[in-house]
Amino acid sequence: MKNIKVLGSGCRNCEITANAIAQAAKEAGAVIELEKVTDIAEIMSFGVMSTPGVVVNGEVVHSGGIPGPDLVRSWVRD
Amino acid sequence: MFESFGNLVAFQMMRLSPESHLGAAVQFFVMDATKIFALLVVVIYAMGLLRAMLSPERVRDFVRDRPDWQARGLAVTLGAVTPFCSCSSVPLFIGFVEAGIPLGVTFSFLIASPMINEVAAVVLVGVLGWELAALYVAAGLAVAWLGGIAMQAFRPERWVEDYVWKIRMGQAARLESDNTLRARHRYAVAEVREIIGRIWKWVLLGIGVGALFHGFVPASWVADHLGGGAWYTVPGAVLLGVPLYANATGIIPVAEAMLAKGVAVGTTLALMMSVAALSLPEMLILRKVIRWQALALFAAVLAVAFTLVGWGFNLIV
Repeated sequence: MKNIKVLGSGCRNCEITANAIAQAAKEAGAVIELEKVTDIAEIMSFGVMSTPGVVVNGEVVHSGGIPGPDLVRSWVRD
Repeated sequence: MFESFGNLVAFQMMRLSPESHLGAAVQFFVMDATKIFALLVVVIYAMGLLRAMLSPERVRDFVRDRPDWQARGLAVTLGAVTPFCSCSSVPLFIGFVEAGIPLGVTFSFLIASPMINEVAAVVLVGVLGWELAALYVAAGLAVAWLGGIAMQAFRPERWVEDYVWKIRMGQAARLESDNTLRARHRYAVAEVREIIGRIWKWVLLGIGVGALFHGFVPASWVADHLGGGAWYTVPGAVLLGVPLYANATGIIPVAEAMLAKGVAVGTTLALMMSVAALSLPEMLILRKVIRWQALALFAAVLAVAFTLVGWGFNLIV
């Protein structure tokens, strides 16, 4: 099962990103574990300064801004 | 083009008289709204296409491990060309501290960033002409440079929250980007939507205030109270700007209306800078990383700097 983390301290774009990922997973029928990381120390430990950032299975795949729909689909696919 | 469109809507479609207060205000509003939003779309799209915007991670890499004057020069320049959202000022602050970048340099960046950006600069040139745009940018760079040095003199390190020093940043992953024209176009369109989605309220509000000022404040009143550049008008403008907040683009139409009615240039610049750079929401966000003494000092240093800029220009121009 894929673990996807959305990094961001509660900004609006972080919400939108998390919702987009959940929606894409539902559409693809993929089961994922979605976490929201709001602790600033933990966010920075991934080397991300511009939020929202996205981490898939421990690897930073995106940072700074709302990701495009194609990108989001590629993360939830196996 | 935008002026005649404003005339068309206000005087022909709505049948208002050009001499009436409402007519003048509506004409100004339509003209500026179409002009500024057209400029915004074009500039942001063009920059997105060139991928001209730098991420905070890259800025940090540029600035770290350099002698003080170089670091400050880069911080001010990069602050001026990166429009970053105030919501990322906390990670940015921590990232700079963690990289060992002096606090004074970080403050220079935090001053330059909201006050100057290339989007606002292009809109400034389009609305107020290049001379005023150049004055604004030059004054902003000087304030950011000297403001950071002034902050440093007070040893602000003692006011940084303890947990900030303990955070260790991971190695930033290098994200490769798709550089085909199609991907760049998509990125540029997303940038336009993201940035305009964030600032349109401030811009419309600014145009609205500018339109009311243009339509309803008589030039004779301005000449009596603000025109001569009496010494107290500048600190007054700065104080007025502290609680008010708009982004740098939003304040431009207000400045346009003020200048057209004869408000002194220094007074107008002081208000613009104060509104764009000093904002309560940003201060509250920064409170997470520095104590209120540092925030009060930050506000005081900027207020003094903007007042000096205003007085200086009122003397020269």
